[in-house]
Amino acid sequence: MQIWSWHGFFTYLGSPYIFRGALLTLGMTAVSMVLGFFLGLLIAVMKRSPQPWFSWPARFYVWFFRGTPLLVQLVVIYAGLPKLDIRLSVMACSIIGLTLNEAAYLAEIIRAGLNAVPAGQIAAARALGMSERQIAWRIAFPQAFRLIIPPLGNSVNGLLKTTSVTSVISMEELMQRSQILVQDQFMVLELFSVAALYYLLMTTAWDFFQRRIEHFAERPYRRQQRVIPEAVMELPISSQDAR
Amino acid sequence: MPYIDVRDVCVRHGKTETLRDVGFTAERGEIVSFIGPSGSGKTTLLRTLIGLQSVECGRMTVDGRMVNMSEPGSAKVLRAQAAIVFQQFGLFGHMSVLRNLTLAPTVVAKRTHREAEHEAHELLEKLGLADKANVLPDDLSGGQKQRVAIARALMLRPALLLLDEPTSALDPRKVQEVSSLLRDLARDGMTIIQVSHAMGVVASLSDRIVLLEAGHVRALGHGRGQASQTPDIAAFMNTHSDDPESGASAGGSPQGFREPQF
Repeated sequence: MQIWSWHGFFTYLGSPYIFRGALLTLGMTAVSMVLGFFLGLLIAVMKRSPQPWFSWPARFYVWFFRGTPLLVQLVVIYAGLPKLDIRLSVMACSIIGLTLNEAAYLAEIIRAGLNAVPAGQIAAARALGMSERQIAWRIAFPQAFRLIIPPLGNSVNGLLKTTSVTSVISMEELMQRSQILVQDQFMVLELFSVAALYYLLMTTAWDFFQRRIEHFAERPYRRQQRVIPEAVMELPISSQDAR
Repeated sequence: MPYIDVRDVCVRHGKTETLRDVGFTAERGEIVSFIGPSGSGKTTLLRTLIGLQSVECGRMTVDGRMVNMSEPGSAKVLRAQAAIVFQQFGLFGHMSVLRNLTLAPTVVAKRTHREAEHEAHELLEKLGLADKANVLPDDLSGGQKQRVAIARALMLRPALLLLDEPTSALDPRKVQEVSSLLRDLARDGMTIIQVSHAMGVVASLSDRIVLLEAGHVRALGHGRGQASQTPDIAAFMNTHSDDPESGASAGGSPQGFREPQF
């Protein structure tokens, strides 16, 4: 048996079966990420609340969903919901599981971003008579959002690969499909290389997308004409040259 | 009946009483200075006046309208009549100077953008910041940030302007500028309350001085210059006049007062 078959590699690379698996992986990631972001935002805001009725459920949520394996969460959703007479597709169960799990991690990322907004700005906004809602949407979120994009990028990268866990409830995404084909001709290296290449393509595409988002978030900081602060202008020429 | 009458302010942090039965009065257009050692409750008292501090008891009358400061809805009333400039300014980092000024007038007071921007440009012009309208706060010097923060507070047309250490971030020349600005505002009828460690500024600006000590009023002084300095106040100001930012020694001799240059 030969070590590496280019023919096999390119056959699998062009396989519509594998390609559709990659699309499923991409779709699950996108949907879970967006839903998880909004759920995470809600949990982050709740966790920061001084009211224990809000903060304790949020704490519990993060504790629970970060502290138990995604695999278990998926199985519980997949096997448990039918017992409550709720019948959902494998796809729906996968997205629910991924969303609930991802939201717990995203909540902590978002919370870190919100904590980084200077308390003095919040107090100033309050003193100006702004409501808590206005402060959140106009002062806190825009500044926090800019800070959390890089860790958010990490999450997207991680989630793209974590989606493979959904194979445990028979979701046929990229990884599962690769494994199914391995049974066929035992081209383990070729198939997994193809899978790796697809993952790499998707993470690369995300990198571009992330740069666009960062560009968007930097907009308020770029639109203004940037001027050199007086302190710098007052420096003697020689020390400016040294910079 | 005084224009501003604050009475019986009590603030508690756990078991410690941060403020106890604090009160003072002021007339329209006067400048009041809170002085006292660190931890005496000056900033806390200032924050109570704009509803940023929950109080156990306390009431404040401005122009005959009484606000019970311990009532839940009091913050809204207090904020409608006062504006504050923080020591660290609290300028919104993601907004231009202009937007910092127009945000509250447009989203809180529901004035039109056009009107708010027109007024903001006028204020910036007056404060020598006309060319900074589109600049972000991070690109400003300390003195410029200070003036932007004052301008933002003035956009609300407050009856009462509160300032926490307005001169601490400034070099002596800027201290003079800010002092003369506060003088002008007071002359136009605005009542100004400042917390300050700069005894030179306190001596030259104040119509009234409130000396706080361990959360209660140790002494109240009233009158221009030395008239406001009761023995306790004069003693405090003398021992604290070596603050680097205070510029001149206060109290003692009349030469100790520094009149701002106009």
